[in-house]
Amino acid sequence: MSKMARSKKEKQTSWQRFCTWVNGGTAEQPLLPAEPAKPKKAKAAKPKKQKAQPVRKEWMGLSRFEHIYRICAVLIGVVMVGVLMIAVLQLPLFGSPDNPSVNEVVERYVEKGLEETGAVNMVAGMILDYRAFDTFGESSVLFLAVTCVTMLLMRDRNNTNKEEDLLTAREHVIEGYEEDIILTKVARIVIPCALVYGVYVVLNGHLSPGGGFSGGTIMGSALILFAVSFGMIRMSQFFNYATFRKITSCALMVYAASKAYSFFTGANHLESHIPLGVPGAILSSGLILILDICVGIVVACTMYGFYALFTKGEL
Amino acid sequence: MPFVYNFPFFSIFICMISGIVTPLLKNGKWAYRLSLFAAGAGLALSGVLLGRIGPANESFSFMMGHFPAPWGNELSVGPLEAVLATAICLVMLMALLGGSRDIFDDVLPEKQKLYFIMMDEILAALLALTYTNDIFTAYVFIEISTIAACAIVMAKDSAATLVSTMRYLIMSLLGSGLVLIGIVLLYCITGHLLFPNLQQRVLELVATGQYTMPLTVVVGLIVLGLGIKSAMFPFHLWLPPAHGSATTASSSVLSGLVVKGYIILMIRLFYKVFTIAVIRELRITNVIFLFGLAGMIVGSVGAIKEGHIKRMLAYSSVAQLGYVFMGIGLGTDVGIMAACFQILVHACTKPMLFSCASALSAGRHHNKQLYALRGAAYENKLAGVGFTVGALSMIGIPLFAGFAAKVFFASATMAQPVKMWMTLLTLALSTVLNALYYIPAVAALWSRPAEGEAGEKQPSNPAFAISTVAFIAAVFFLGICYQPVVTLIQNGLALL
Repeated sequence: MSKMARSKKEKQTSWQRFCTWVNGGTAEQPLLPAEPAKPKKAKAAKPKKQKAQPVRKEWMGLSRFEHIYRICAVLIGVVMVGVLMIAVLQLPLFGSPDNPSVNEVVERYVEKGLEETGAVNMVAGMILDYRAFDTFGESSVLFLAVTCVTMLLMRDRNNTNKEEDLLTAREHVIEGYEEDIILTKVARIVIPCALVYGVYVVLNGHLSPGGGFSGGTIMGSALILFAVSFGMIRMSQFFNYATFRKITSCALMVYAASKAYSFFTGANHLESHIPLGVPGAILSSGLILILDICVGIVVACTMYGFYALFTKGEL
Repeated sequence: MPFVYNFPFFSIFICMISGIVTPLLKNGKWAYRLSLFAAGAGLALSGVLLGRIGPANESFSFMMGHFPAPWGNELSVGPLEAVLATAICLVMLMALLGGSRDIFDDVLPEKQKLYFIMMDEILAALLALTYTNDIFTAYVFIEISTIAACAIVMAKDSAATLVSTMRYLIMSLLGSGLVLIGIVLLYCITGHLLFPNLQQRVLELVATGQYTMPLTVVVGLIVLGLGIKSAMFPFHLWLPPAHGSATTASSSVLSGLVVKGYIILMIRLFYKVFTIAVIRELRITNVIFLFGLAGMIVGSVGAIKEGHIKRMLAYSSVAQLGYVFMGIGLGTDVGIMAACFQILVHACTKPMLFSCASALSAGRHHNKQLYALRGAAYENKLAGVGFTVGALSMIGIPLFAGFAAKVFFASATMAQPVKMWMTLLTLALSTVLNALYYIPAVAALWSRPAEGEAGEKQPSNPAFAISTVAFIAAVFFLGICYQPVVTLIQNGLALL
């Protein structure tokens, strides 16, 4: 309870205070500031001041203990650092051959990986075939992260006002008129190279270092460069929120469907009929190529999505 | 392999694919229907699975892909997992039904679809945490549930929810980070990620006395991380604002399920990786026990001081989670059985309390202060009855589910004299404290409102009615016919 509420209550007897508490507080002296009593539909228009109050009060309560908090925080931090350091010092030496992590699991990945997954790049074989369920989870994490940011930052009637809209409109006009010559000329050369390189890294994910995550980041940075140098309007002519949504969902759907098929056949000991191909050829190693492409698309869209949402609040 | 064994994998994938498809749907209504379908399908699949492996008392592991376990991923399913998964899907379905009206009021129309994506993925993550047999898969799904849980708090988009989401996000990420460091250290000293292999190596390490210090740190970090994420006592302060300010369905799912997901994982790790004997030897159980006891008292005291009904329920969650940690802290099979039973009881009771509380406040302009709700039960009788049943169950009146849980906790302590006295005294105190805030709240709801205070009568809401009736039935089922459930949990723990 805050100080204010307490000082007002000093005049009451303890019995009256008890009655008030049993009644859940009174309308005149709420224990905590009430939420504004307005019909739900009109909620969007309510002033924000009323809601900000409990936060401030809480902060004032915290500041009384600030010194103790700081000392405790430092102490706990030092203790945690010490404990972790001691624990890490006792770990087996990195890279030594008699490590516990050098066991039958790693052995099979290294020795039979090529034969069983068809991928020359051992890492791709591991993350997209042996442990594809984890990687599906990780791609979903990216998808969720960008959905989350969309939920928070996408322009809507709660987080924008007329001034901001005006400002954005003006920026768009300026973008349309002024083209930074150096930037656009360089971008014209760099963007195709970056895109092609990204595609190369994705498509060669099963043959050489790289794959969906790294190639997707490269393609995403090319998209960001395009948006920076040519403006969001030009960008949105071929890449807007609807396309973004469709591409990401479809890529993840393909991933989910192909992996569901592979898990189902694998678990039920059925023949999967997916040819592994000749190791080293571009069309080889079964599903890994398709999965790499899906992951690459999701990562590229996510990277660009983060950029666009954080700068403009729209796609 | 019987076809039924595919069901855990199907239920996880149905939920994940529903989440992925949702952005392509027309509007929030369709997304809502798809979420209901996913939860319903999960419920049906888990129910059939439970019907199959429960009576037969069997457990199996399911290979996720073409490669057997230490190389590929694996799910492991037994009676305990099946019971928990069925309960999770049921509570998810009912929470969505009970909070549907508030979701469409609180979340902006263009963002409703995104909200249901989060709900689907939370369900998938909870199922995966329940079924997984691999510690890294567990971490991936911890991440998914962390992000999605923050998003469903944030979805209401008011100042209070944004501040509480920020707090929740920081604490939750701190928890994930600690768990991840724990997993990394564990991999360094064991070289495995799969539960059975980990257990074998951990037992070897304990027997030879190697890496004792890093192993202790690993257990500490994982318990600490999962404890922060499931609001164990000293780390519980993020919970009341987050659960108290979010929209109804979010509060229900967060309080009823999300915090439980981490506890379920903790119990499974204790059984399948570290083994209870090792955990007891490291004295971690004593720490969890004391934190649990403190949480029971601190949560209830917080709830007594609270005048906002949803925050009061959130503080009560802290207290109820304290019971669960107390049960785990006993470090015995009976104690953990009681903890699992309490997980089910709380998962069925708290979502009902949340959805009833917000249905009651709907007639009072959504003012959730207790003084504004005087007499609200007369405007929505079903919600009033639901709240009363939930409150009585939380206090621990016989015939209600909470009573059975408390009896199990009390009888579980009999073998340990010191812990018995502490548990019994705290249980008694906590029951009195629970009564001290639930009874005035129920009394306020059923007292005659003063002049001019009465709100308008609420239109009937079939979705809410279904969910409340189902929850009331579940509370009475767990309170009266608990024996089959308890047998399933005991068999499941024995097979873990």
